[in-house]
This record gives sequence, structure tokens and C-alpha cells, in this order.
Amino acid sequence: MSGLVAPPAAPHDAGFVKTYLWSTDHKVIAMQYLFTGMLMALIGGFAVYVFRMQLAFPGEPVPLFGRVSAGQYNSLVTMHGSIMIFWVAMPVLLAAFGNFLIPLMLGCDDMVFPKVNRLSYQVFLLSAVVLVASFFVPDGAFGGAWTAYPPLSANAAYNLTRYGATLWVVALALEFVAFLLGGINFVTTAMNSRAPGMRMFDVPIVVWMIVIASILFMASVGPLLAGAVMLLFDQALGTGFYDPGTGGDPILWQHLFWFFGHPEVYVVLLPAMGVVAEIIPVFSRKKLFGYRTIVYTAVATGVISFFVWAHHQFVAGIDPRMASLFTITTLIISVPIAEMVFVYIATLYGGSITLSTPMLWALAFVAEFLLGGVTGIFLGAAGADIYLHDTYFVLAHFHYTFFPIAIIGVFAGITFWFPKMFGRMMDERLGKIHFWGTIVAFNVIFIPLFLTGAAGDHRRIFDYSGFPDLATPGLQYLRITATMGLVSLLAFQPVFFVNFIRSLVRGPIAEANPWRANTLEWSAPSPPPHGNFALLPEVYRGPYEYSPEDRQDDFWPQHVPDDPPAPVAGAGGWR
Amino acid sequence: MISWYVTQASSYAADVDGLILLIALIVGAFFVAAEFVLVWLIVRFRARPGVKARYITGEKTSETKWVSYPHYLVLVFDIIIVVAALRVWFDVKIDLPPAEERVRIIAQQWAWTFVHAGPDGRLDTADDIRTVNVLNVQVDRLYHYELHSKDVLHSFSVPAFRLKQDAVPGRAIVGWFRPTVTGEFDIQCAEICGIGHGLMPGRVRIRSAAAQAAWMETAPQMRPLASATPGVGATDGHASPPARAAAPRLSAGHEPGHR
Repeated sequence: MSGLVAPPAAPHDAGFVKTYLWSTDHKVIAMQYLFTGMLMALIGGFAVYVFRMQLAFPGEPVPLFGRVSAGQYNSLVTMHGSIMIFWVAMPVLLAAFGNFLIPLMLGCDDMVFPKVNRLSYQVFLLSAVVLVASFFVPDGAFGGAWTAYPPLSANAAYNLTRYGATLWVVALALEFVAFLLGGINFVTTAMNSRAPGMRMFDVPIVVWMIVIASILFMASVGPLLAGAVMLLFDQALGTGFYDPGTGGDPILWQHLFWFFGHPEVYVVLLPAMGVVAEIIPVFSRKKLFGYRTIVYTAVATGVISFFVWAHHQFVAGIDPRMASLFTITTLIISVPIAEMVFVYIATLYGGSITLSTPMLWALAFVAEFLLGGVTGIFLGAAGADIYLHDTYFVLAHFHYTFFPIAIIGVFAGITFWFPKMFGRMMDERLGKIHFWGTIVAFNVIFIPLFLTGAAGDHRRIFDYSGFPDLATPGLQYLRITATMGLVSLLAFQPVFFVNFIRSLVRGPIAEANPWRANTLEWSAPSPPPHGNFALLPEVYRGPYEYSPEDRQDDFWPQHVPDDPPAPVAGAGGWR
Repeated sequence: MISWYVTQASSYAADVDGLILLIALIVGAFFVAAEFVLVWLIVRFRARPGVKARYITGEKTSETKWVSYPHYLVLVFDIIIVVAALRVWFDVKIDLPPAEERVRIIAQQWAWTFVHAGPDGRLDTADDIRTVNVLNVQVDRLYHYELHSKDVLHSFSVPAFRLKQDAVPGRAIVGWFRPTVTGEFDIQCAEICGIGHGLMPGRVRIRSAAAQAAWMETAPQMRPLASATPGVGATDGHASPPARAAAPRLSAGHEPGHR
């Protein structure tokens, strides 16, 4: 909230630790979240490699791992889910992009509470360390699925992972604390630190999305945090919050978990949708279609997302009449989400589309998310969910939402903002090889799993040979196909890492605005120094003024004054 | 569609399949149309030299109609799907047609115990038949099931019946099914229940009336032990039932070898 002009640059002799590990600079914290998230993604990716190999070739030793026991299988499944959602999607989408983009896009020098921001990452890192440590305790990591339903999760006599289960809950609670701290920062910064002239409806969509997501997170996580403490007490002190034998109720956890868990889907979906909303206008040189519509639908989605949670529990033993209500709310949420997708598609109309790597990722997000969205209808419809609940159909459905979110959306964001983050351009050819390899392999994994789910494959089974109706060559062939898809997906990822590191070291130097985009981050140098802007920008228009009719240029940045030049920017304004 | 993979073996299986087919047709049409428009726009509006993009705000009614009309369509189809889904849901889960026989299902780590009414057609009598992992029912007979769990959550799932219901310790959950074909099908536990989750396959054997009567003749009839009968409200999750001995129990603290 500091200077009017030229905030003091970071002392560059501050030393490695002070600059990169103990920094309060929002961009450095963003990178810390990004790299930690990528590292955790490798662990989550290795976990899925092992258990998918077990499913394709049951009982065979898995290369780089060995034979998989039933207990290990459950641990790997649990850790894959937990890691990918809480330690990959959240840190990268919400925290890395949020930290990097919010101050830059709002035209300010840093977050409102930089030290809270630093603390947020440190608590997050601690949570990641606790989680990874749980792999190495006696009996191994927690194996009761990422949803951790009690009594299984609450009682070591049932889950047989006394230490792993407790560490899992502790790690989760720490992670929530980290994101509460981060969320406070995001919301406060967006409310208070906008550049002079920037009205709420001049704020780029991705910032809106991250702010709405943070509010959703903060509003929904409280009950689950309380639930997690009760679970911890049940585990460690032998209380009976979830134990029917001592007056508790296991279903209580499910309500608390999904009351958080369903908004959580939108906590990660909205930032990814925001990233896509930034990229599509730039590479189609088109104004975003219906800016306000997107904001309203995002808010509507957020509100409705608090009223759909029990669709995860249709057959869980809740009063069956409740399912009627939750079927209705669940199908209603398709309305704003469909609107958002339609608006993105409509933005392309009349555009001038360049299929650069970030644009390919953004379009792939829309194309793949569509399938994830429509398959959700089957599961929200209570009658159909009776059959499909807890089958691979569910799994394929949510991977068609989460993969676009956590992988496609993230790659879109990284390839788009890489020049701003690191001051160099990425390689387009490697980028496209990586893109096509990843997208094709992704579909090869999950389309077969829709089919095995429809055929009755239930989830979290480490070997189907005991089920005569499922142990058929046809289904096994589909399982093997999915695993082959996964192996190829993983095999294409080194292309990205090579591209990333090579571009980091010797990619072509990026100019400040290589994509000829409008938003404020592109008016800062690439990469922006500590303090971001040499001269804090002032805002004259909305973020998506591409190809305006009466101008020669096909873009019109937010910080460029109107043609009859207004007085030169810089002086503080009303902040 | 589902019947391509799994036999329809209960009275409501066809209804569930019909609902799934209806949804598939509706969302399938939407999905194909949306993907088609997306790809068409990408191809049609590729950047060409000298052609500038149009300036469309998407805030005017003449523009928004392109989005709102499909959008109203979404709403209409949502309503159709809700109505269809709730009709099926009502039939399977809310409505409870009068039972011809009752069967008790007890889930535990990691086995199923089934208590059949026996020749007298009534539970909790001396001729009850208790089996492990095999449910024996008669075709075209309406059963009420009474679902219990002794320890953690399990889920009683019979894909051929299109039936799934979680078993919750401390509760007796009642539902119904009516088998319509004879044969033998999988019973799954569809809720993760520990390291033996993959090791609790069951089977349902559906027999004709005559075959069912013959089975009852030969089946070992166990006198129910009063202390171990987990009647309604009596499951505290800690009873030590006789079925436990027969279950493929894995000793605690020991990772099971493969299979």
C-alpha cells in the first residue's frame, strides 16, 4: 500500500535465503507454491502409476516399486487423491496463480499482508512434509480413501494404519490453515489494492474467480476443520464422535466432509476457469463475451455449491426423501456452469484465433471439461446414481473435471504466464508435442474407465479376480488400456520439464508484453522486480478491449490513457 | 446401455437403465452439439492476414440470445431429468412394497452374512438359514432386506439388481428388491472398508421356487444364538457374531500377501 511512484526495489544483495526462501514478495511465494505443487504432483503421479499397474497386471511386481499389497494399494489410492486435490490443485491454482497474478493484475506492489502470505506458505510446506512423512511411519500411509469415512478412519483397529491416519488428519488441518491465511490475503488485496481507476468490473476474470474461490473455501472449511478435530480425537483419545457404539454417528462426518467437499470442487474449478478466460480473449483477439454474465454465474455457482453436498450420499443411509431435494439443486448447478462454458465458446465467434500452446490448453480445457460436466448429470440424478455410485463411472467423471482443472488449466496458465514469471519464452514446438501427447493419453485413460464403470467396476478394489462378473477378459482389456494411457501420459511429462528448464536457462528473452495482452501484469517488466511496477499504473478501461472498432491496434491495454490524452498517470488516486 | 454389460435381474433394473439411457441421449446431444460448435468456431475463425477480429461485448440482447437460448434448453432438460430421476428413485428407495419374505444382511470386515427366513418364511425362528457370502433368493418373490454392519461402513451392491445401499454400523436399513431371472450374480462391497475391501465378493443365487425349496431342505439350519442376533437396534458394532469364524479375516497389523 506504499509509494505513489517507484517503490523501492528489492535489495538484490539480500542473499539467496532472504530472496528465495524467506521472502515476502508475492511472486517468490507464488513460485514456492508452484514448485512445491509440482513436486507433490510427481509423488501423486507415481502413486497412480503403481496402483494402475497393479490393476492392469494384478499381482505382478511393478517396475520401480515391486509387488503391491492390499494395504499399500489402499494407501496409494488415498494418497493420490489427497495429494492431487489438496497439495497440487489448491496450491498451484489458488495459491501460485493467486499470489502471482492478484497484485500484478490489480496494479499494486504486493499483497496487503506480505508476512501473513509468507506464513501461509510455510504452514503449507509443513503440511506437505507431514503428509509425505506418513509414507514412512510404521504400517504406512493412511488407506481409508481421501474421503476418510469413519468408523474406518477413526479407529486403528479397523484401518490398521494408526500413525498414517493421524498424520493424514494433521496434514489436512495444517493445509486448511495455510489456505485460510492465503485466502484472507487474496480477498483483502482485491478489495483494497486495486489500481486507481479500476472498478470492480474492470478486474480481470481470473482475479474475480480466485477471490470467489477463496471466499467459498473460507466459508466451507470451518465445519470440516471442526470435523477433522473430532476425527483426531476419535483416533487419538478414543472419543466417540463418529462411533455409533458410544452415541456418535458416522454419517455426521460425511455431511461435514461434503459440505466442504463440494464447494471445494468449485474452489479449484473457478481459478482454472479464470485462467482460461484470460487466455481465450488474447489468442482470439476478441473481447470476452458477456463479462458480467461470467461474474454473476461464478457467484451463483458458488452460492448453489453450498446446497448440493448430499448428492455424494444418496445411498449412504440418509433419509431417501432428502435425495429429491439434492437432485434438484445438483441439476440446477448445471445451469450457471453451462452458461459459463457457452460464454467461452461464444467468445471465439468472430475472433482471429491463433493456436499457440497456451491457447491449445485453454481450448482443450473447454473441450474436455464439457464431458466432465455432462457426465455429472448421471450422478446428480438420484435414480441413476443408485447404479453408478462408487463405480469407475464416478471416477472417470470427476477426472474429466479435475484433470482439466489441475493439469490442463495449470499448463495453460504456466505456458501463458511463463514469459512474465521468468522473463523468457517457452519453446512452442516442445510445448505442442507435450500438449498433444498429454491430451490424447488422457482420453485413452478415462474413456475406457467410463465403460468399466458402466459395467459395474466398483472403486478401490485392488484385484477383481474374486468377482466372476468383473473378472472378464473384456473388462481387463479396458483396464489395461487405461493403464497404458497413463503410462504414456507420464512418459510425455519429461517433455514439459525439459522445455521448462531449457527455457528458464536459455529461452529467448521475453519482452514485457509478448502476447500483446491488455491486463496490467503485461505492463510490468518481465520478470517484474520486487515491487512490480516502476510506476504504479492507472486504469482506464476493462481488461478485454481487443480489436476495438475505431482503433488500428487490435488491443488496448488497461493502463494506456484514452486518445485525447488524460493527465499522465502515477499520482495516487483514491487509494 | 447398461444391459449390454450387466443382466437386468430385478424388477426395477430396467427403470434404472431407462433413466440412464434417457440422460445419455439428452446430455449426449448437448455434448456433441457443443463440441461441434467449438471445433467449427476454431476452424472458421482461424487468424488470417488482414482480417481483424470483431468487437462484440456480449452484453446486448441481440448477442446474448445465442447463449441464452441453449441455456433455456439446459433448464428444460434439467427439469425432465429431475422428474425422471425422482420417479425411479421413489420406486427403488422411498416406496416399500409389501414383502413376501425378509432377509437379513450383515456386513463386516470382510465378509457378508446372510440370514434367510427358512421354510417358515419368517426371520428369527429356529429354521433360519445362515450363510456366508452367498445370498439365496427365489425368483419373482419380493424381498425386504435389513442391512446391518458390525464395524465400518460397507455398501451392499448388486449390479445385476441395480441396487446399492451403504451399511452403517448402529443402524438397520431396510429396502427391497424382487429378482426377475434365475442365475448367479456378483455382490460387491462398494464402500472402502479396509485392506480386505477387495476381498469381500459375494454371490446372489436366484432360484426357481422348486429349486429354492430343495435348497432349504439341504441347507444347514443354524439355531440363532439369541445373544448374537443383531436385531434392529441391537447392533452396537462390537458384538462377536458366530459368522466371524467363517469370514476370511485378516489378522490385524499384518499386510496380507497377494490373494
